[in-house]
Amino acid sequence: MFGWEFPPHNSGGLGVACFGLSKSLVQRGTELIFVLPKQIPTKAIEAHFRFADIYFPSLSFRVVSSSLKPYITAESYRQIHGVNTPSLYEDNLISEVYRYALRARELARQESFDVIHAHDWLSFLAGIAAKEATEKPLIVHVHATEFDRTGGNGVNQSVYDIERRGMEVADQVIAVSQFTKDILITRYNIPEGKITVVHNGIDTEEGGMKKFGVSSTPSALTSGLLRLKEAGNKIVLFVGRITLQKGPDYFIQSALRVLSIRPNTFFVMCGAGDMREKMIRSAAYQNISNRFIFTSWLVGEELDTIYQVADLFVMPSVSEPFGITPLEALANGTPVLISKQSGVAEIIPGALKVDFWDVEEMANKIVAVLDHPSLGYSVVSHGQDSVSQFSWKRAADACIEIYKRFIKTLKPL
Amino acid sequence: MTAVCSYFQVHQPHRIKRFSAFDIGNGGPYFNDTGEGKLNNQKILNKVGEKCYLPTNALLLDLLKRYPDFRISFSFSGVVLEQMETFSPYILESFQKLVATGQVEILSETYYHSLASIYSPKEFRHQVALHQEKIKHLFGYTPRVFRNTELIYHNDIADLVSRMGYRGILAEGADHMLGWRSPNYLYRPVNAPTLRLLLKNYRFSDDIAFRFGSRDWSEYPLTAEKFAHWIGATNGSADVVNLFMDYETFGEHQWEDTGIFHFLRALPEELLKHPDNSFVTPTDAINRFPARAALDVPYYVSWADIERDLSAWRSNELQHDALRAVYALEQAAYESNDPSILEDWRRMQTSDHFYYMCTKWFADGDVHKYFNPYESPYDAFISYMNALNDLEHRILRNQKERGIFSQLKKIINKLTYAYGH
Repeated sequence: MFGWEFPPHNSGGLGVACFGLSKSLVQRGTELIFVLPKQIPTKAIEAHFRFADIYFPSLSFRVVSSSLKPYITAESYRQIHGVNTPSLYEDNLISEVYRYALRARELARQESFDVIHAHDWLSFLAGIAAKEATEKPLIVHVHATEFDRTGGNGVNQSVYDIERRGMEVADQVIAVSQFTKDILITRYNIPEGKITVVHNGIDTEEGGMKKFGVSSTPSALTSGLLRLKEAGNKIVLFVGRITLQKGPDYFIQSALRVLSIRPNTFFVMCGAGDMREKMIRSAAYQNISNRFIFTSWLVGEELDTIYQVADLFVMPSVSEPFGITPLEALANGTPVLISKQSGVAEIIPGALKVDFWDVEEMANKIVAVLDHPSLGYSVVSHGQDSVSQFSWKRAADACIEIYKRFIKTLKPL
Repeated sequence: MTAVCSYFQVHQPHRIKRFSAFDIGNGGPYFNDTGEGKLNNQKILNKVGEKCYLPTNALLLDLLKRYPDFRISFSFSGVVLEQMETFSPYILESFQKLVATGQVEILSETYYHSLASIYSPKEFRHQVALHQEKIKHLFGYTPRVFRNTELIYHNDIADLVSRMGYRGILAEGADHMLGWRSPNYLYRPVNAPTLRLLLKNYRFSDDIAFRFGSRDWSEYPLTAEKFAHWIGATNGSADVVNLFMDYETFGEHQWEDTGIFHFLRALPEELLKHPDNSFVTPTDAINRFPARAALDVPYYVSWADIERDLSAWRSNELQHDALRAVYALEQAAYESNDPSILEDWRRMQTSDHFYYMCTKWFADGDVHKYFNPYESPYDAFISYMNALNDLEHRILRNQKERGIFSQLKKIINKLTYAYGH
């Protein structure tokens, strides 16, 4: 499996998805060689993967030296590497993807396996190389497309070509939602029958929901938010990369409207990204900075606590292949308002939904949740039904079903 | 001897338009959507008129003339009648022609098709009186038999209705209420022995209302001959078979291409082929048949969903919240003395608003979703609560104005007293 770094070292849903899926795969008895790019080889990741101190001998890691990171866009790669001319940045990122593929080819020749599973375009060439070297079946798993990352504006042709080639060469394509499958059919011309939808999952504690209430040792941030709530304020939360794809500007525009009639509301934006500075300036320009809190990327217990403190979680994504954060919010007992332009909207019938561009309606629904506790209660109770249905175990079983189509000798479950 | 007693419900609510939090304080209006969607009340009334009311009325008028012993009954909500008056008087006229045959009985109900029987006996009596007036005005008729919203029934409602002088009341013949008893006889409520209880035969009724056009049904296609044969087979074990259903069954729920109109056209003749069959209205049935036993129903029964209880309108937090909120305004609405406030408050009591908030379909996706003009139960709830909030603003403004007015009056009185003498 060509995958990406896990939490807490990840920077988004792809790492969470790789972790959740591979954990459930090895728990279901799959032998897994997990390959990931890393600038400095380290054993730390292996220790982290012991899943609550249970060691799985069926799981092993191979680290390939590379500077690739998930979610890297041409723009950010350019910024990180200080390359200023567009043609050069593109050359650099794409050639890094090729270099990674070459190393993957060597690695594949040394290993023994039955099927190749590659996550997202940065590893598609590696997957193709492994397939060419070994003639093993290739499954590519699409977590996001270039159309999602760019919001449809400024699609990078080289990236698109790699995505398309990966799907064409692959024996099977997994899409994280029907929403994404539709994009693959219409934008990439991939035959419908070649694509299987496997929705992502979420692992909740002991199969149930997280306990309500805030953790015993709140951080400075959470205790600050709690004081705001005690003073009669409401908290509306955004969690995610602050990039075009995630719709942070629509969040600010609806916040402006909400504040015009519900001034005792605070908006927390939790995450990093190339639009963060712009959003801070935008809030200031609208004179609502004093109702905005920008935090860094939060993980683990602190993130859970923020979810629990919030009165409402909003995901205003412009184009969201899946979107795991609403499931996390629901697992923490917080109601969710999510963009209709998302895959996760397909699997939570009980969520509040809105078109990302309809900021009036977004504000209307935010106000409704803040005003009527019965609405939030209803969203959480119906939403949690969906959370318990969409486990990683179920996603892993769906992947194993696909593996079995290509490997006759694989033991049935 | 089996008598067939059919009653058709005619009702359309004043659906609330998309009403945003940012519209609160503007003073409405709430029910005047003019869009292309499913919230445009005028458009819906006219559509149902074309598909159901007009063709079915024409067909029934023909049948009533052809078969002098044919009898049917209707219950109209006040809100559908006022919409017909405003939007399409020709639909109302076609109903008036039916009633003029003298073979049609009209039942009594709450003007606003509300759940007031559960929440406020006082408001319930007001709405029943308003409905009586409306029926008298439009049809020159005073109903003597009562049918409560969605056939909601309870011992307490029987008691309330009995005290209001009615001779009979309709209810669902729910299995859990009847036990081994048959719905094909009259009963008396245990606490209102002079009242007569007519119970819906849900098997026969739902054969027409729900299963008629279903190709998965083993009895498909249902012919009038077959149906009349089933009814005929009850002779000896039935006084009256009550066929209760929404009038929109004909042409709207069951589309014309299912053959529903052919079925209806052939039904009286097929039923009359059996010499022991006859047609009655609820009042005829009460005059003709005795009550066979007392029924004790200390819980709510309705004709909705498989549960046959109140859960379609009152099972989730949204519905409880909205119902609590609307009835909390009762006293203030009375005191406002403002007919438009009182009317809007009452229009917001119509049961359909709460039905649209039902979330049972999240689990199974069924009839609720089909009948919901809003995108989701949440959208129904949000527009409802925003509109109600706006109404509350109007009530508060009205209170303030009346306060100022009564202070002015006091001052004028004082001045008159001081200078008048």
